[in-house]
Amino acid sequence: MNFDLSEEQEMLQETVRQFLENECPPTTLREIFDGDTGFEPSLWKGLVEMGVAGLHLPEEHGGAGLEILDLAVVAEVLGYMAAPGPFLGHALAGLALAEGGSEEQKKKWLPRLATGDALGTVAIGEADGGWLPHQWSVAGGEALTGTKKNVLFGEHADLVVVGTAGGGLSLVERDAPGLEWKPTEGADRTRRLCELTLSKTPAEALPQGETAAARLRDVALVLLAADAFGGSSRLVEMSVEYAKTREQFGVTIGHFQALKHQLANMAVEVEPSRGLYWYAAHALDHVQDEAERTAAVAKAHITDRYMQIARDAVEAHGGIGFTWECDVQIWFKRAMFDRAFLGNPAMHRERAAQMAGW
Amino acid sequence: MDLSYGEELEGYRGEVAKFLEDNWPLQGDEAKLDWNEQAVKFRQRAIDAGYLCRNIPKQYGGSEQEPDVLKAQIIREEFGRTRAPMEPRGIGTMMLVPTLLERGNEWQKEKFVPPTIRGDVAWCQGYSEPGSGSDLASLKTRGELVNGEWVINGQKIWTSGATSADYMFVLVRTEPEASKHAGISYLLMDMKQPGIEVRPLRQMTGGADFCEVFFTDAKTPEDWIVGKRGEGWLVSRTTLKHERNSIGSTQQTRALFAGLVQLAKDRKIDGKPAIEDPSIRQRLAALEGYVKAHQYAGYRTLTKDAKGEDPGMITMMNKIISTNIGHDIARLAIDLLGEDGLLDAGGTSMAAMMSGGHERWISHYMYSLGIAVAGGTANIQRNVIGERGLGLPRDAAAERSSK
Repeated sequence: MNFDLSEEQEMLQETVRQFLENECPPTTLREIFDGDTGFEPSLWKGLVEMGVAGLHLPEEHGGAGLEILDLAVVAEVLGYMAAPGPFLGHALAGLALAEGGSEEQKKKWLPRLATGDALGTVAIGEADGGWLPHQWSVAGGEALTGTKKNVLFGEHADLVVVGTAGGGLSLVERDAPGLEWKPTEGADRTRRLCELTLSKTPAEALPQGETAAARLRDVALVLLAADAFGGSSRLVEMSVEYAKTREQFGVTIGHFQALKHQLANMAVEVEPSRGLYWYAAHALDHVQDEAERTAAVAKAHITDRYMQIARDAVEAHGGIGFTWECDVQIWFKRAMFDRAFLGNPAMHRERAAQMAGW
Repeated sequence: MDLSYGEELEGYRGEVAKFLEDNWPLQGDEAKLDWNEQAVKFRQRAIDAGYLCRNIPKQYGGSEQEPDVLKAQIIREEFGRTRAPMEPRGIGTMMLVPTLLERGNEWQKEKFVPPTIRGDVAWCQGYSEPGSGSDLASLKTRGELVNGEWVINGQKIWTSGATSADYMFVLVRTEPEASKHAGISYLLMDMKQPGIEVRPLRQMTGGADFCEVFFTDAKTPEDWIVGKRGEGWLVSRTTLKHERNSIGSTQQTRALFAGLVQLAKDRKIDGKPAIEDPSIRQRLAALEGYVKAHQYAGYRTLTKDAKGEDPGMITMMNKIISTNIGHDIARLAIDLLGEDGLLDAGGTSMAAMMSGGHERWISHYMYSLGIAVAGGTANIQRNVIGERGLGLPRDAAAERSSK
């Protein structure tokens, strides 16, 4: 019985956190948040140099051959720090290739994705909440036509993994003809989105696309849950810190039970979720029959907590919490992203209910 | 990360299972004894084998084992699976015995620990008073030393099990001149005496699990004091070294949730099983998120304890998490009962909650409130989490009053 992170996993978290603390302090974070692209190449390069881009990719293709849990603990730290950048889409694109690609496709792309030499992303969202493989409508084949929504950092990507009708996956390269990007004005400016229009765009299907798409969905749900745990932990810390410094009536406001209880409630909502995302990540590599359902439960539960914690954090900060200059808004918007991306909690709760045979 | 217990501990599990196979249930003439007598006999064998009373020295009737939270968990699982009796439940084994072991005199340990862990004697706890709940240290029950014995006058309340207890451990004010906390002593006393009157309190459920206890010149010997005069507050807050049962409450919660899912399958809404109703499915699935988070938090605590590391704030949260989930389960259950939610609990005690019928959910609906209040209300738990967990400053009034 060892339900805990390994020393290596803790060290990995610490290394990433230290790097972001040094390279993406609040001033930098706000600059990137307010900037045009939300993409800071030096920051991404630094993360890639730590191996973050290829943690979960096979060693034979330049990755570290680690597990989804290793990837998820990094996602937690990125969420904690509200790190801007293309981690999520890139990690998922690599995963899709590693799980569903031909040997040739893997050889061509995985080493480049692992080193960050190429940037990957996934185009899985469609209109009307069509997030999941069975909902995809863009017909697969040698050329793709249709629209995908909410593609992470699409304009920067060298390789796009596109979800196709029937739950398959296809590869589209950056300079392919008939490919058009239109930025989406997303609330979370640390993870920029675009709309992708494909018009007879040449594409290459992944031979094991359907299996890979199902896994991509589950891993994505767990990474969002991990991000949400990290982010909501940070919001509790920020709110507690504020309560310890802000003074009213001659004392710090943390003295007052009304606020103390609100902060305690926030901590009670967040703290137990850690094990839930750990287990959901662990199950993806070790407990096949629970993996899909636990991923759905974890995403629904933890991203829902995150959103509520973000609202609570704004309140705990009072007037300043409602301003653009207060960092809380950055995490608030990440909470909006984690909650809505890949489907809202109600959708995943219904999936969990179905999988339980309810 | 590894959720299995590993070869060595699975071997240990095999030993425990073998012991249980050989020893429980009792056989032959012993099987004809009543359950309590059987339990006393069995417990002694389990103590001799090193499975029960593991943290209690042999000289006081325990089995004195090296602390090991994982072995303790395996024992709980195997004993639970075969429904074999564990240590007697109750405030005596949970609170008094560890306190005596840490703070008691030699003769006190010898006299009180063995019969308590065997289940021969039962205890009640005299802490709360009508005017002293959350502010327990403001208690007023007086203890005066007169001719070599303590004479006690005053009143305690919310005393569980007072009607059947043989003894009480009680906090009384013996040093009225001293400051609030320094004026309290921790006494042991015999419940069967003329100076004590016990009046059961009828609860909203209709049952009576706790009582008021009135002392009118109740007496106890001078040396039935644990710690010195005026040290009672410290004695009552002795930090207990034990094999924390970090996943016990999560297992109860999971069982309760499984019962709720079954209830949703059994009940009908508009002629169809309630579990097919979209809003019921959403509420069940949302609740399950909390249940699972609690479960894995428990595994993490177990692991940290096993490694000798501090699990952190989560250990202060277990009560409120269980309480919150209990409330939610109760709310959903009462909705599922529909018009049967109009009914009385149908039983008057904890026994109703343990029964198999729908009345157990009505009983649970009310009892979940009792659990939220017992042993420190949810708001007191929030103070603990806020102050000790998050490091927020103490409430100004509480701060002043403790000086």
